[in-house]
Amino acid sequence: MQENVLLQMRQIEKSFPGVRALGGVDFTLRKGEIHALMGENGAGKSTLIKILTGVYHMDSGEVRVEGEKVSIHSPQDAQNKGISTVYQEITLCPNITVAENMFIGREKGIWINHKEREKRADEILGKLGIPARAKQQLGSCSLAVQQMVAIARAVDMQCKVLILDEPTSSLDDKEVKMLFDLMRDLKSRGVGIIFVTHFLEQVYEVSDRITVLRNGELVGEYLTEELPQVELVSKMIGKELEELSSMGEGDDKNAEAGEIFYEAEGLSSSETYPFNFNIRKGEVNGFTGLLGSGRSESVRAIFGADKVGGGSVKIKGKPVKITKPIDAMKNGIGYLAEDRKRDGIIAELSVRENIILALQVMNGMFKPISRSEAEAFADEYIKVLNIKTASRETPVGSLSGGNQQKVILARWLLTHPDYLILDEPTRGIDVGTKLEIQKLVLKLAEEGVSVTFISSEVEEMLRTCSRLIVMRDKHIVGELKGSDLNQTQVMKTIAGGEA
Amino acid sequence: MKNGKRNIFKGGLGQLTIPIVSICLLLLFNLIKGLITKDLSFFSIELVRNNFGNMVLSGNLISIINGASELAVLAMGMTLVTAACGGQDISVGAAAAIAGSMFVKVVKTGSSISGMKVLLAFLAACMIACLFAAFNGTLVAVFKIQPMIATLILYTCGRSIAYWINGGATPTVSSPIISGIGSFIPGVPIPTPVIIVVVMAIIFKLVFHFTSIELFTQSVGINGSAARLNGINSTFIKLLSFIILGVCVAVAGTIGVSRLGLINHETLLLDVEMDTILAVAIGGNSLGGGKFKISGSIIGAYVIQTLTITLYAMKVSSTDVKAFKAIVIIILVVIGSPVVKTWFGKFVGKYFKKNKQLAVKGAE
Amino acid sequence: MKKYLSLLLVGVLAVACMFTGCAGGGGKKGGAIKVGVVNNPPSESGYREANVKDMEAVFSAENGYELKTAYSLKNDEQLQAAQGFITEGVDYLLISAAETTGWDEVLKKAKEAGIKVYLFDRMIDVDTSLYEAAVVSDMAKEGDTAVQWLLSQNLPEYNVIHIQGAMGSDAQIGRTGALDAQFAAGTMNKVVQQTATWDEAEAKKIVETVINSGESFNVIYAENDGMAKGAVAALDEAGITHGVDGDVIVMGFDCNKWALRELLAGNWNYDGQCSPFQAQIISDLIKGNKTTSEKKIINEEKGFDAKTLTQSDIDTYGLGE
Repeated sequence: MQENVLLQMRQIEKSFPGVRALGGVDFTLRKGEIHALMGENGAGKSTLIKILTGVYHMDSGEVRVEGEKVSIHSPQDAQNKGISTVYQEITLCPNITVAENMFIGREKGIWINHKEREKRADEILGKLGIPARAKQQLGSCSLAVQQMVAIARAVDMQCKVLILDEPTSSLDDKEVKMLFDLMRDLKSRGVGIIFVTHFLEQVYEVSDRITVLRNGELVGEYLTEELPQVELVSKMIGKELEELSSMGEGDDKNAEAGEIFYEAEGLSSSETYPFNFNIRKGEVNGFTGLLGSGRSESVRAIFGADKVGGGSVKIKGKPVKITKPIDAMKNGIGYLAEDRKRDGIIAELSVRENIILALQVMNGMFKPISRSEAEAFADEYIKVLNIKTASRETPVGSLSGGNQQKVILARWLLTHPDYLILDEPTRGIDVGTKLEIQKLVLKLAEEGVSVTFISSEVEEMLRTCSRLIVMRDKHIVGELKGSDLNQTQVMKTIAGGEA
Repeated sequence: MKNGKRNIFKGGLGQLTIPIVSICLLLLFNLIKGLITKDLSFFSIELVRNNFGNMVLSGNLISIINGASELAVLAMGMTLVTAACGGQDISVGAAAAIAGSMFVKVVKTGSSISGMKVLLAFLAACMIACLFAAFNGTLVAVFKIQPMIATLILYTCGRSIAYWINGGATPTVSSPIISGIGSFIPGVPIPTPVIIVVVMAIIFKLVFHFTSIELFTQSVGINGSAARLNGINSTFIKLLSFIILGVCVAVAGTIGVSRLGLINHETLLLDVEMDTILAVAIGGNSLGGGKFKISGSIIGAYVIQTLTITLYAMKVSSTDVKAFKAIVIIILVVIGSPVVKTWFGKFVGKYFKKNKQLAVKGAE
Repeated sequence: MKKYLSLLLVGVLAVACMFTGCAGGGGKKGGAIKVGVVNNPPSESGYREANVKDMEAVFSAENGYELKTAYSLKNDEQLQAAQGFITEGVDYLLISAAETTGWDEVLKKAKEAGIKVYLFDRMIDVDTSLYEAAVVSDMAKEGDTAVQWLLSQNLPEYNVIHIQGAMGSDAQIGRTGALDAQFAAGTMNKVVQQTATWDEAEAKKIVETVINSGESFNVIYAENDGMAKGAVAALDEAGITHGVDGDVIVMGFDCNKWALRELLAGNWNYDGQCSPFQAQIISDLIKGNKTTSEKKIINEEKGFDAKTLTQSDIDTYGLGE
């Protein structure tokens, strides 16, 4: 058993100003295993990975690779020691060929033998069964294949430890399967794989062992087959998960709530075809469909985020014109955008400033929210939404993903919207926060707020929405409610005739 | 609460560390040099009677804060443009020449020079400066042209425009009111440009207090897309930053021509744009936009002026001054770079590790 | 036979030349002499502005000229303009070149076309046969005149603040030379010698620093009027008297009207002329009112002493308004 150990991290500690990210964490990776690293956002997963890859330097503790104590100074250093990482966001260059991507930065000297290189690239791709050709431009491959090329690059660099950080978050089911096949193949070749993900099912599908972290502490290491899913979740969030089961599906309390709040007829933007849509006061509905089906574009059209094409919009029966976000905001609409980093947070500004931003915009430039008022608002929402931050003055960019999402939620809640649009509010965040957000949505609906909810996870939408608008190829193809609201029916509608 | 306050303080000083340390180092250098040569005249401030019979302050330190006035005023506006647009306006020198020319032109119309007319002249200068700023701003905010490229146009032709306004030559004006603006007001020993800088700084502070321009500007600069989706009109914010810079340009131009009562379109505030951008950078502001501190830029302006006067006091030939300036600035910028900052942070971290750990434990 | 033929040919050619010459000069405008002026743009400096105005005034229709002008700071644009004038067929080409090189070709063409070339203000590196005459200032002489005047003041000692123009410019080199010789000879002490690159504000800073250092000085020698004005502002703020009966002698160059007025008021002591008025001399040469055997004609330049300056001097010699 002992000689089987590939990587051992012991008593790893790491603090950042005001926050202890890791307090004495152990982690062991064996040869030929897929080891899932689990935990909520802020549990310390990324910190641990970054220490292992030389991005951060640990305060204390030791790292052994194949029994030998090592110190890792930089990502380059980590690679030299056989530790490679494939990140969530693809870090290769899309405008050069696959082969060039695989060998970039690895040539010794300045002479490059293109033929030799392409031959070698094709060899590796073939061996790993990756459907790409060496001469192809990387950008012309699908995201999954690009990710695989990144893995192939790592494999070719004689890596012993392969770290996959959220590799599946932008892949579809088929692509995920391809990736898993590749992972199993590598496993059989004796590579140790550390797999970081938020998708529980995937963990159970592919991993052998699970290490759970919580609040920078080690909760434990488990064999996957011996740890039921519910137990895993409760270990991650640190409490029994009665709430999870108690949240019954098909909660249709809000089904036929009050009068129609928002109504659009023939609404279109530069990104959508004309469509009709309405939502009642206190209703929760959702747009569903595959990525690229036009669900995000539709809600963006409602909010006036893209150039408006045409159509008429009524709010509480009165015609209004919404051509830009501020119009929507003035009409009581809030919009939490899909891409948190690009369209949500103002990373370098503090939690406080991020929270008051939307309200401040609505108040106008000449009615600034006073410092003390802003601090009170921030403190209130930090408490209500349980935002984990060192202080309200911490730059929001340094928070974990889930907490950033909560900050943006707080921003919109502070405007007391009548209608809140949440586009993928739970993507890339941990189970605990996901639940909190779902509960919050239901609570808002009870208070009379209309909510449109978009999520890639259908169960999540089934749990919260009383009506689902299904989209395919930028068109609305169905509307489901009542007894039709179940997984099979949703899938059928999404897939259309072929199902 | 306490924690929050401490962080504000830490954060605030964080950005201002570089400019404050720089200015201290320069003064320390002069102090040591003074002690060695037993000549501390660099630091002496005297009250002397000037040729117009006023008691005024004089000395190198006064020269520094006085001489840096135009630079400080321009740096305030430039900070805002930098923050909102992620780029710099390189036409401020030329625009100041235009504003100064306009100022002199209006002052010189008619025979007598009254306070009313000077005020009118200043407003005219403001108007023309804002007009050109709006032109720059439109190119940047509406047509999304890189600020440096957009302002290159005015940089190139601005001094010719100033020449047309002047109608040639170097018009001069002399009036106690003009010298009151550019030099001293009778009975006030402090140079008027210094007072103007203070007034401008207070105006900025008030504007930031009574509006949310600061928050909006930073939001637009850091993440334009998110700002837009939060209802901020980023085009307007960018344009506004240019207009505010335009007012600063008019003020700087007015100070510049009032100092000598003369407008030379070729030399007024020549090369000031580069010093201005440097002041913003030394002030710890990112030239890529986003978070900013006006106070940093103001101190940055004084750093540059201290450096210049120090070199002059050492009788470094002014042709060589530029080279020395470059060397010192390279050092400052490198010290301020993230690489050195992290390195320094680690260095400090090593020595205070124990302390820190205790603090963290205490916090828990 | 051949001999006669070739003579005839020469004769025809000569007549043709004369005819075209007359047509160019006489033609439509009734005997106006066509003059093409290639100059730097008036926006270059107060000097240039006066220079351009002077050209326009002298080569006017009333004086029997037809004037064409081209202004550029760039040599290649100037060359093109000159080429254009040759093609148009002017009678005289007047050039103040941006650079001293690159003019061979064009001037040869002008000569072939029978166009007479005068240089003004600036010399060009070409064979002297390619132009009739060059009317220029002698900057070194301007410096000499100024320094001779300064020596004639018979001060017990000379402690000079020397503020230079943009390093390497003709004016700077010429006006610095004479003073440097005095520094070298030890007749005058150099308190500080700095370039302010023609910048008034910079000149003020330089003088301010000297005042702050406590060093004593009694002469400010600034290489143009603007810098002298900057220097004086520093003196005023420090309460140091200057000008006639003052502690510090103030010297400037260029003879702007406003500067001469300072002299008249006794605030400054000396202003050296840098005459932009070459047009009359050239006009005299063209019309034959004046002849010269010298290729290089030095424009007469004066130095004005505050004690002897009169209002009429200002009206006659002052530049600008």
